[in-house]
Order: sequence, then structure tokens, then C-alpha cells
Amino acid sequence: MTPLLEVRDLKKHFPIHKGVFSRISGQVYAVDGVSFHIDRGETLGLVGESGCGKSTVGRTLLKLLEPTEGKILVNGADITALDAAQMLPYRRQMQMIYQDPYASLNPRMSAGDIVGEPLIIHRVAAAKERRERVAQLFDRVGLRPELVNAFPHEFSGGQRQRIGIARALALNPELIVGDEPVSALDVSIQAQIINLLMDLQAELKLSYLFVAHDLAVVEHISDRVAVMYLGRIVETTDKTSLFEMPLHPYTEALLSAVPIPRASARARKRVILTGDVPSPINPPPGCHFHARCPYVMARCRHEVPALREVKPRHWAACHLHDNGVTFPLAKPAGA
Amino acid sequence: MPSAPALLEIDNLRTHFFTSAGVVRAVDGVSYGVRSGETLGVVGESGCGKSVTALSILRLIADPPGRIVDGTIRFAGTNLLDLSESEIEDIRGNDISMIFQEPMTSLNPLLTVGRQISEAIALHRGLSRRDALDQAVEMLRRVHIPEPERRAHAYPHQLSGGMRQRVMIAMAVSCDPKVLIADEPTTALDVTIQAQILDLMRELQDRLGTAIILITHDMGVVAENADRVVVMYAGRKVEEASARELFEFPGHPYTKGLLGSIPNLEVAAHVNARRARLTEIKGMVPSLADLPQGCTFAPRCSFATEECRAAYPPLLEHRPGHWVSCWHAEHLLQGEA
Repeated sequence: MTPLLEVRDLKKHFPIHKGVFSRISGQVYAVDGVSFHIDRGETLGLVGESGCGKSTVGRTLLKLLEPTEGKILVNGADITALDAAQMLPYRRQMQMIYQDPYASLNPRMSAGDIVGEPLIIHRVAAAKERRERVAQLFDRVGLRPELVNAFPHEFSGGQRQRIGIARALALNPELIVGDEPVSALDVSIQAQIINLLMDLQAELKLSYLFVAHDLAVVEHISDRVAVMYLGRIVETTDKTSLFEMPLHPYTEALLSAVPIPRASARARKRVILTGDVPSPINPPPGCHFHARCPYVMARCRHEVPALREVKPRHWAACHLHDNGVTFPLAKPAGA
Repeated sequence: MPSAPALLEIDNLRTHFFTSAGVVRAVDGVSYGVRSGETLGVVGESGCGKSVTALSILRLIADPPGRIVDGTIRFAGTNLLDLSESEIEDIRGNDISMIFQEPMTSLNPLLTVGRQISEAIALHRGLSRRDALDQAVEMLRRVHIPEPERRAHAYPHQLSGGMRQRVMIAMAVSCDPKVLIADEPTTALDVTIQAQILDLMRELQDRLGTAIILITHDMGVVAENADRVVVMYAGRKVEEASARELFEFPGHPYTKGLLGSIPNLEVAAHVNARRARLTEIKGMVPSLADLPQGCTFAPRCSFATEECRAAYPPLLEHRPGHWVSCWHAEHLLQGEA
């Protein structure tokens, strides 16, 4: 069956302009060859640290940014080259929820108008019908109906995120891209929003691309997880395998760096990485992770490891598995 | 509780803000202490008063609108609230220093990081500028900044977030403080960098025997780094226990709620989220200018009864070293809830 969304070798490079003539002096390789798919009703978590390109992936596949290279297929149809007008029917199927509920709502529109606006743009409902639909959406996301006339500043952070969710749901989309939708919220509110997203998914058969830096949240929400590092996916598999058997050294380090809230957490052994994430302007040659990798070998410094299915349904981009799966991760003898 | 006396002890602190909207009781009768070599975690959500308590210790509350209206803060026997401005300046950055959440806003963008670190050293140690700068380079080396001689001449914007936080730590520990207050020191950082920074703080503590007050909203960070934990809600301490005890036997419904509301990586990897729901704490934090009668958590609490709405519960020691301020703590601790 064709997946709901398929992304093939997607690249998004941003030119760096310099000087009075804005001559292009370099490129930021924000997304540098990313492939994945999302099935109907499924949640794919896209996790990575700041600057790894995960948000750019979300924006590019919705064509809020023009892809530099690669293909985006929705229900098998190639939308990569479509212009804004041609995109309109696809926009109904794919919506976005943003991280910052303060910046993503127009402060001069009432909450009801914000939620109803997509219905106007896509001309799907007349005024009366629209009011009914907005009321229904408010109810569905847990906002009191009388709040339709209130303005964004009158809402708390959690409520604003509910407005953003209602707006995304207005057109009955199939896919919702959430770009760090809970990271700006306090933990008790975060739980409310995560539960809401899960309920909506079960009820409306939604598919999610959940982009976030918090691995615990991503593991909770997702069916499958893709780990990004400096513009590339380094590992992807179902969430349990990712946790039980991380096959990329970066995933291993990321998992071990996540603090776990339980009594005996202090005794946990962990991998602490040295150094920072390198710049996507001049990414290192070979494997992007080699400078921080505890298992680095000679070939990692010049040869880019491909994302391969190293064991059934488990993809990793790491030379450690060139001659069969190595787990626990370890340098081969003599390397 | 272990018998060693606290090095820093806050007793019944009240810091209020006098605003046009009324009196905001940001900190309303908070007490806690920390001993040498110990890490005390202070947790709670935005607006619970955890940062205002910390700022009060160093008397960094802007007056007006804020004022410490009651309580004592004893450091090595002296009440810091009795000191003159110049006396507290001798303590700030010297005996007690602080690391803030956002290193970019707490570093001066116009001075090199070496200069900023050496300023504190020159001020408190009376060294010459040249000697202080040498000392600053040494501090950068201690916080594992590569090429410290070169980095000392860098401006904050030339460093990454993790490096800036290391600079902040270098500055904070440059005078070998006895108490280090870290206010959300890793919240703005990526998790692999967070692990590096927390590791560094532990290393410094092991070497210098520093008492650390670690303020955070992250229960995982507390579990892995704190010896003892204070949980704050709406300007008050609602629970205190050793970290082990608190995570095993949370006694306050709010603590229980906080623990249930965050996905735990180990559990999350094995559950179907469409079925396994996170515990929600319904509603939201009340306004500090208009707190409800009785227990301030009662409107959000699933265990609340008439008693809770009538009077604020006293903070009692329900198990050895485990203090809870809840009318139903006994039930909760016995696991009936």
C-alpha cells in the first residue's frame, strides 16, 4: 500500500549571502538527504538536537520552504514541484502545529476567527456552518465555547496550544506535523496536550510527524522514531527497538543522556559525549558524527555511511555494522 | 535527617511583590537548608517561587516592587538579611555564587569572557589584572573548554550555548564558592550538552565540597543529581525528602502528579501511547495575587476534601526526613491512593 507520505532524499540548503552584492559565499546544509515514510494512523517521531535540521524537514515537506532536491509524495502523488495554487488541495490534508503558541497566533484575531480562518481560505463552509464547526472544534480540544470571542493574549500557554490544534484540525487533515508542540509548556500542561493529541489521533485516525528534541516525549508518542544528526537521519526503527538496541553511537549517547525520573537513577552508567554539534555550514567529511564518536574508525573520517537496513526493519547509518550487526556497540578488533 | 548542620539555611522566607494588581506572594514561608558537599534539588513549575527564593538568598530582588518581608537566611551563622550592601557584595560571587539559565543574557556581550571571569577574581582576591587573567584561563581549563588561552579572548557570541554555560560556571566557581546556586543551568541546552554540564558540576563539587542548590523543573535532572529534594508549589514548600525517598514514595499529590505527567523514557519505549495516558494535573497554577482559600493545590487535586478547602495543611514529618504538607499525606504514603 502506498504510504500517506513519502520523502525521498530530501535536501534543503540555505545560501549564505555576503557583501553589498549579496554574493553567495556558502551553503547551510540544513537537511542533507533525508528519506522516510509515514503510514496512515501512524506517528513518526523525528528527534535530534538543536540545529540538526528536524524543523526544516517538517517545514520543507509541507512546502513552507522550497526543497532544494528530493521528492515529496502524498498518497503517491508528487507534490515537490507544485506551486502555491496547486498546493492548495494538499494543504487541506497536511497541517502544522507550532512550538510557540504565542508567536503562531495572530494577536489581532479572536480565537474563533483563528480557528475558522482555514475554512474561509479553502471555502468549505458558509458563515453559519463555520460557526458550528468552530464551536465543535473548541469543544473537541477542550476550550470553553464562550472563549471564541477572546483574543490570544487572554489565554494561557496550554490553551493557546489548544487553539493551534483546533486550527490544524479545522480542515480534517490526514497528516499533522507538530514542530515541538509541547516543549514550551510546563510539565503538567504538557501532559494534557500530549493526551489530547493521542485522543485525537485515535478518534480521527490522524497521522503525525512529531518533531521534538525531548526523547522521552518522542518515545512516548511515536510508533517509529527517526534520529537526526546534522542534516541526516542516522537511525530509524520502531520505538522499542530504538530504546532496547540502539545501533548508532549517537542514538546510544542520546538515550544515555536523558535523565530518568526514578529513585535509583543516580547509579546509571552513561556515555558522555565530548564537544559540540559541528556547524552545518562546514559539516565534517565522512560521517558527520565522527569527531564526537567513541567508536570512531579510520574510514568514518572520509566515507559517508549510508542509511542501511542492518537488521529487519531497523535502519542505521554507521560503519560499525558494515560486516553484520554489532551490538552492544564496539569497535571491531584491530580497527 | 543527617546531623551535619546546614551551611546555608533559609527559615520562613517571605518575598512579596507589591504590584498594582495587588500583593504577589511569590515566596510565602519557605524554609530549606543545604550542607557542604550536598546537592539540594528545588523543583516546581513556572511561578512556584523557586527562582525568587534563590534570588532572595543573594538579595538580588529588585526593590520596588519586591521585598523580603520576613524570615532569615543564615550562611555560616550570619543572617544575610542583616548585612549591609557592601557586606553582601563580599559574599556574592565569592562565598555564594549563582549560575543562571540563559548564559547569553547573563554574560556581558561587550567584554571577552576572560575579562569577565578575571573581574570577579580581581575583585574578591585582590589580584592584579594580569594575574587574574591567568587565573581565568586556568578556570576555563578546569571547565574543559578546549584551547582556553584562545577562548579567553573570545566574546560570548562567538561561543556555543554549551561553552557559554561553561564560562558561566567558570565564573561562578572562580572564587571557590562554598555554595553554588544553579537556576535551571541546563534548561536552554541540548541533552548531550546537559549531561556534560551536570557532570562538570558534580566533578567540581567532589573536588571543592561545594553545597549546590539545583533549581529545575526537570524531575529527571533531580533524580540523577540531587541528594535531597524540595518541591515547591505556589510560593510554598509542599514536600521535602531524600531523592531516593521522594521518587519511591511521593507524599504530596502535586509531586505524584508531576511524576506521572512526564513520560519516562524506559516506560515510554514500551507502551502504546494511544492507550497509556499520562497523568494530567487538571487546571493550571493559580495566580499568586489571588490564591485560593485553604490548600493552594486543592482546586487541582483529585484527593481534595472539605478539610483541604478550609485550611492550609501543616508541613509534617510523616516518615524520617520526609516532610509533606498535605491533609492526606498519610494515605498517599501508605499507597492507598
